[in-house]
Amino acid sequence: MISQIFILSTKGDHLIYKDYNIIMKPFRGEESKDSINGFYEMVTALSGDQPPVVMVNSGFLGELMSGLHFIHARQGGLYWVASTKTNPSPFTIIEFLNRLAALTKDYCGSLSEKSVRMNFALIYELLDEMVDFGYIQTTSTDILKNFIQTEAVSSKPFSLFDLSNVGLFGAETQQSKVAPSVAASRPIMSSRGEQGGKNEIFVDVIERLSVVIGSKGVLMKADIQGEIRIKCFLPTCSEMRIGLNEELSIGKSQLKGYSSAVRVDECRFHQAVKLDEFDTFRILKVCPSQGEQTVMQYQLCDELPCAPPFQLFPSVEKDYVNRSVNLSMVLIFLKLRCDLPPKSTALNVSITVPVPKGSTSMSQELSSPDQTAELQPKNKALLWEIPRFPGGAQLSALFKVDVPGLSSASLLEVGPVSMSFELPKQTCTGLQIRFLRLSPTQTGLSQRWVRYVTHSDSYTIRI
Amino acid sequence: MPYFGSEETVKELKRALSNPNVQADRLRYKNYISKVIRSVIQGLDVSTLFMDMVKASATVDIVQKKLVYLYMCTYASDKPDLALLAINTLRKYCADPNPMVRGLALSNMCNFRMPGMTEYIEQPIVAGLRDKASYVRRVAVLGCAKMHSLQPNTEIDGIIVNELYALLRDPDPVVVVNCLRALEEILKDEGGVVINKPIAHHLLNRMKDLDSWAQSEVLTFLLRYRPRSDDELFDVLSLLDSFLQSTHAHVAVATLRLFLHLASAHPAVQADALLCTSAPLLATCGAASRELRFAGLCHVQKVMRSQPGLFSTHYKRFFCGYSEPTYIKFHKMEILVELVNDENVALVLEELSSYCTDVSPELAQAAIAAIGRIARTYSEKCLDILTGLLALKQDHITSAVIQTFRDLVWFCPQSTAAVCQTVEVCVDSPQDSEQALLWLLGEHGEKISSAPYVMEGYVDGLKTELSLAVKMELLTTAVKMFLCRPAETQDMLGRLLHYCIEEESDVCVRDRALLYYRLLQRGVEETRKVVTGPKSDPSMSVLTERQEEPISQWASTFNTLGPLSGHDLCLQTAVISAADQPSNSTEKELLPGSKDVTLSSPNDTEEEISLSLGPPLSHETFEKMWLDLEILHRQTLGSPLPRTALDMLQAALQLVKIQTLAFTPGDTVPWKAYIYTRSTGTLILAELLQGDPQAPGSDESLVVSVKQQPVNQHAIRGFASILKSVLQTLNDDSS
Repeated sequence: MISQIFILSTKGDHLIYKDYNIIMKPFRGEESKDSINGFYEMVTALSGDQPPVVMVNSGFLGELMSGLHFIHARQGGLYWVASTKTNPSPFTIIEFLNRLAALTKDYCGSLSEKSVRMNFALIYELLDEMVDFGYIQTTSTDILKNFIQTEAVSSKPFSLFDLSNVGLFGAETQQSKVAPSVAASRPIMSSRGEQGGKNEIFVDVIERLSVVIGSKGVLMKADIQGEIRIKCFLPTCSEMRIGLNEELSIGKSQLKGYSSAVRVDECRFHQAVKLDEFDTFRILKVCPSQGEQTVMQYQLCDELPCAPPFQLFPSVEKDYVNRSVNLSMVLIFLKLRCDLPPKSTALNVSITVPVPKGSTSMSQELSSPDQTAELQPKNKALLWEIPRFPGGAQLSALFKVDVPGLSSASLLEVGPVSMSFELPKQTCTGLQIRFLRLSPTQTGLSQRWVRYVTHSDSYTIRI
Repeated sequence: MPYFGSEETVKELKRALSNPNVQADRLRYKNYISKVIRSVIQGLDVSTLFMDMVKASATVDIVQKKLVYLYMCTYASDKPDLALLAINTLRKYCADPNPMVRGLALSNMCNFRMPGMTEYIEQPIVAGLRDKASYVRRVAVLGCAKMHSLQPNTEIDGIIVNELYALLRDPDPVVVVNCLRALEEILKDEGGVVINKPIAHHLLNRMKDLDSWAQSEVLTFLLRYRPRSDDELFDVLSLLDSFLQSTHAHVAVATLRLFLHLASAHPAVQADALLCTSAPLLATCGAASRELRFAGLCHVQKVMRSQPGLFSTHYKRFFCGYSEPTYIKFHKMEILVELVNDENVALVLEELSSYCTDVSPELAQAAIAAIGRIARTYSEKCLDILTGLLALKQDHITSAVIQTFRDLVWFCPQSTAAVCQTVEVCVDSPQDSEQALLWLLGEHGEKISSAPYVMEGYVDGLKTELSLAVKMELLTTAVKMFLCRPAETQDMLGRLLHYCIEEESDVCVRDRALLYYRLLQRGVEETRKVVTGPKSDPSMSVLTERQEEPISQWASTFNTLGPLSGHDLCLQTAVISAADQPSNSTEKELLPGSKDVTLSSPNDTEEEISLSLGPPLSHETFEKMWLDLEILHRQTLGSPLPRTALDMLQAALQLVKIQTLAFTPGDTVPWKAYIYTRSTGTLILAELLQGDPQAPGSDESLVVSVKQQPVNQHAIRGFASILKSVLQTLNDDSS
């Protein structure tokens, strides 16, 4: 049973506060502030993020709150917090908080301090229907949409990135048209307004890649966590058929020889997905409800069907500027090759290279002006950023890092290199959506979009 | 958030809300109501606007209604008279043709926290239970629980309870689950809702209709059910089988918990269930949400305590991601250490050694400690890595390596030679590892050729040394070293002892120095006998190696906050379930059988509790808490008030870290004293009483009544036994 639910900004401002206690004296005014601020102090007292469960002991914040557990999740830069006096399942509470954040995003269009502030009435309305007396009632949009009446106030941040990102996602079903990346971030319910009423459905295939490459370029570990996510703006949607690659094989046991079959280790489906045609034709049948939902999750471990997207050829040397005053520096020469097919591009590539402690300054030679590099002494690292990296290309960079009093052992501190990037129109497993069909009974014109993207969850290259 | 001019704001809002022009303009009016709610969230007191808000509730606009209800629920208890006005309107809405309006009114009426609400809400709730709209029934069912919690001490209304049990057959799944929840609240004192065979099977058959939240909650309720026969048990399990693989982690984990609980007599079934859930559990360990990842990792650790092999092929999943927060990385490293075997040790070590130069010192030190743990089995490879790290000459790394060396030498003596060779080079050890280094020098001084010179540095710098522990360790090291290398160290030891005895201000150090001085006077052999102990204890590593625990050890806390919060919550849950039958536990303690005067039962010695004083409590806080809390435990202590002076009793209690707050003069009858203490996160308050006419048997024996916050029965038992032994000792002394 949940005692309180609240949403805090990173600065500790109270955005939403809901108290479900009846037995206990309700927290009000000062007391409610105390309990929330108490939580905030505990979470922010130490540097770095804190684990999601914190317990408040007696004596720290007054007896009223003793034995209260705060469970929080961070989403969209906000703290989503539930407190409880009982001992519930942490999975339930954390998934619920994530779901609350997802619903807020669905209804408000985006997730930020501003959108929560602007839509507080809507979020209260949502919370009222989702939780009663501290018990979760429902979180399904199909049911909620009957009760939610407040209109979302959407905040549209103007950003130059929107323009640059146009054309980021491919659209298989609409040959020439391309959905802008922000198209899916708008409130699911809007009866009026410019974008409202557009009957769109987005099917996203999202993969998260986590890779470790050993010092000799050997692939040490490769995991792919993928999911197919539907974001539906249709008020009512009848059955939809999603066709995946026919040659998709599931499980490790099937040895495929030399065929280029697409394989995943295991997959799990949303409760509502009908699988009667999955075994023979690899077709998922689902009636999507409004908002965002994950219909399928899959994973592939210890193996990549293609070469890892990036290979790094580093060389690290020690050099003296002036031996007599022991003014030394480290020369880091990085050659980075992108092994994607020539047509595709990696975006927002950033490379972090740890440097020895005590590094003071750095000079660099980069191959093009749109790249940037900077030394971050606080993190003991240098950061090299490449906004666009076409497939098949090779970029190199030379960094000279000044480290006073460098010992040869300090070179050990250079590495491992970690990268983060985004591969639009690309899935590493090769999973594709062949077709997307709405049943013929579906009234009204609807637009269907399929988007693919691979994110780097963790991409580490040892030196 | 600092909020200025709050009074002005309230006045302005009041003016606006009562302005007829504003009231006429729907949008503007709603806007002002939104502003009022905003102030409520910011913690501003806007209770003076209650009247205006009641007026605003008379509207057809549901959004506005919801806002006003939110306001009313917050302030109803402050303005009970005005709230009554609102209740009348709300009752009217309970008969509205629109089910949504009915539900809304009913649910908000139940949220008013006011004494005497019951008479107004009872009738609408009972009507709501039979409403044809499921939305209203859901609200009404929980309304019963709210009504009960408004008046927790009243008789349980049998009619409502029966009605709720009947509603378990409701077609709407949420109503079913709400019934369980409401019954649980209402029947709390009787042990909660009863899950008998028909109910259990009914719930099992409904499982498929429920949404994931309801599923995991029903699974938790089903923990109470015990199938009569093995046949029934397997029927139940086969019904639940598919939920082990649920996409929702919380359902999969809740099902696993139920499996482990039900099949406690069938280890093979338990193992199968664990195998089945290992995939979803691993998937949560890689979930996009970091919080979920953390929960998954903590539970994987629990599972590994019984089935260490389950995840060993998946060790790569526990490699740390670059951007993961440290709290996740710590757990992953702990898991990696457990998963090491002959095949993967090289890869795991390579991974761990890449964390050793991490920018966060805590993480780097934890990685070094993890390598040290692995070194107990695979010493050679690990020692190479650790030695390599020393060359970095970074304080936090060197310090962690030396401490790891000390533990390693203690646990596996075969690595001594290699460690000694390495230690030679680290002459200037950083602050926090000085003690470890000195210990190594003392124990293995004969193998480290530079040992006397390193020690000399410490002896020379003694005047500036601040840490007592280092001084103590230095004394011991010097004596031990003297025993094995007398020629080089005699002079040093003399200087050290002289300084410590003559100039040192701390008593402990001086005493230790004197002890050694006198010991040395008795002769070298005598000293050797006393000072040298075992240099290592390989038997310890057997203890620290994880034994495979039975599943039942952790199954009870599985899927609770326990594994996540670090503190062991299992004790607390045990108490909660024990508190369900409060009469039992207290009676047991009062039984004459428990009068035995043994100081502590074997149980108590096994798990020692430590009391501490902590910050002093003021009389007012004590009094307030004493009145607020309930007596958890009452016990006769079996000995009368000692005839010694009371300040002696007070001093004695102080010695065992129990603070006396107040007591009556020694000869008054009844005699009373109030005491308090703290123990691992809980505050214990107690009253000692002798000669209370209402408590029989207290004439010749003290009775202690304990209140505590938060509840920790274990601490209470420990406290009582300590108290008992103190009184016993004092009585023995005085007689």
